[in-house]
Amino acid sequence: MNFNELSVLRPDLAFIAHWIKPGAHILDVGCGDGVMLDYLQTDKQCSGYGIEIADERVLASTKRGINVIQQNMENGLAIFADKAFDTVLCLSSLQMMVNVEAILRDIARVGREAIVSFPNFAYWPHRLALIGGRMPVSKSLPYEWYDTPNIRCATIYDFEELANQVGLQVIECVALNDGRPVTFLPNWRGNLAVFRLQKK
Amino acid sequence: MNNMSSLGIVTPQSMHFAAALALQSGASLADYTLMYETYGTLNAARSNAVLVCHALNASHHVAGMYADQTKSSGWWDNMVGPGKALDTDKFFVIGVNNLGSCFGSTGPMHINPSTGKPYGASFPVVTVEDWVNAQARLADALGIHQFAAVMGGSLGGMQALAWSIMYPARLRHCVIVASTPKLSAQNIAFNDVARQAILTDPDFHGGDYYAHGVVPKNGLSVARMIGHITYLSDDDMAEKFGRDLRNGAYQFGFGVDFEIESYLRYQGLKFSEYFDANTYLLITKALDYFDPARACGGDLSCALAETQAQFLLVSFSTDWRFAPERSREIVQALVNNQRRVTYAEIDAPHGHDAFLLEDPRYHNLVRTYYDRIALECA
Repeated sequence: MNFNELSVLRPDLAFIAHWIKPGAHILDVGCGDGVMLDYLQTDKQCSGYGIEIADERVLASTKRGINVIQQNMENGLAIFADKAFDTVLCLSSLQMMVNVEAILRDIARVGREAIVSFPNFAYWPHRLALIGGRMPVSKSLPYEWYDTPNIRCATIYDFEELANQVGLQVIECVALNDGRPVTFLPNWRGNLAVFRLQKK
Repeated sequence: MNNMSSLGIVTPQSMHFAAALALQSGASLADYTLMYETYGTLNAARSNAVLVCHALNASHHVAGMYADQTKSSGWWDNMVGPGKALDTDKFFVIGVNNLGSCFGSTGPMHINPSTGKPYGASFPVVTVEDWVNAQARLADALGIHQFAAVMGGSLGGMQALAWSIMYPARLRHCVIVASTPKLSAQNIAFNDVARQAILTDPDFHGGDYYAHGVVPKNGLSVARMIGHITYLSDDDMAEKFGRDLRNGAYQFGFGVDFEIESYLRYQGLKFSEYFDANTYLLITKALDYFDPARACGGDLSCALAETQAQFLLVSFSTDWRFAPERSREIVQALVNNQRRVTYAEIDAPHGHDAFLLEDPRYHNLVRTYYDRIALECA
């Protein structure tokens, strides 16, 4: 997988990939079909592991030749040692977790640096939906309220507060809209929040 | 179980080794024979060989059928064959029968050259590591310097793991299914009850029952019943048998009341008719002794530090004999060493036995993994 293929497939991941140093040892928490690790392995000579729970995504990751470990992320990252990774990725997964705070603390424990992304609930069409009295359904939050896997709704400001609380320092925070960074009114105009974090 | 094998008719082969094999116990085997089968074709680069290691009651007959026998499908025929997860159109697959077995490789039923009588209970205790050393000699003889993969389930998985530690450069991949880095106290306890059933059978005669023209059938049968309980999950047993009665009513005696009793007794009896009691003792000991971390003061990461292979591990959610936690211990030790490892935990209801059954999630994963290995061999 090269950068152009990744840019077409997942522009958000292509943006985030710039932050990862070549040869880094990576943990991708909720690695999905393994596309990010596939890219980092082939184009940036990175090593590491993906964690995934769903059978079909474990299979897809295996097909891509990445090291995927099937486990429930809610059970934590106990199999990994402190500071085992240069960077821990948790991309568009955190909003599906029950124990968000515990996972974040574990991410801080096993990684020197972390990159976390999640759908920004404060994205203006979401606000508009709420003003209209309805839960938002959008491209970044495509589910109805009763069947959504996205059980945690957070905004950029909300997450920053929690990150600080679990001992993570925000190095960079970018709001993306369809993979492109938004600089003007990011908490309004970005549908994906991306944080680059370091242990304090 | 499917009686149709896509591999067709296969023929076992044997190889004699005249050089003595030093065993972990300090004893040695002066010479020995190994039974084996091969499927598929070794490529010109000799890079597509896969060794399949067997578990407790299996043999070199991994796949295919024997010409003169119906119902003779190999024990992993659903996994190995043309177009199967381990595809014999792409790989040269070897099944080998371990020392101490009762399926043709040198074992307790064979004549001890130094006494002229069957080894019986005097057959030296062999370990997983001893088996691996014997398998390595077979690989030498077949001209295979490096396996594309060494694979096994349960006790077979222990052999695959031992390969990665003992001969790190001789395998590129290590596939370990439903296995463990060591037996728990509970596992050993079950094994010892099984052994006691055999050892206390009056027909055991200290292991020399061959001379008496008898077989400790009852002991072996009970041993198998105990083992069999640990292969099934509680749910699986409940679903298959529940509290179903054989004759619809309590018999108020000690015969067979419940279907589960009937099933276990039948399994035990059937087993005692083809398996050797001394072999059962030996193999359960090999299980008990396996503990590669022991040499490192219990540190499995240290034990796996020299491994070079890439690993695939699979466990099954309802396997309480070698539970997923046991596989995770291996994964953790590999991760600590930054080894390449893929681990799948299949949510299957069939307990330990699941590794022998056809489950699309399990087989698709193994197939996908081997497809990638095949790309490296091409």
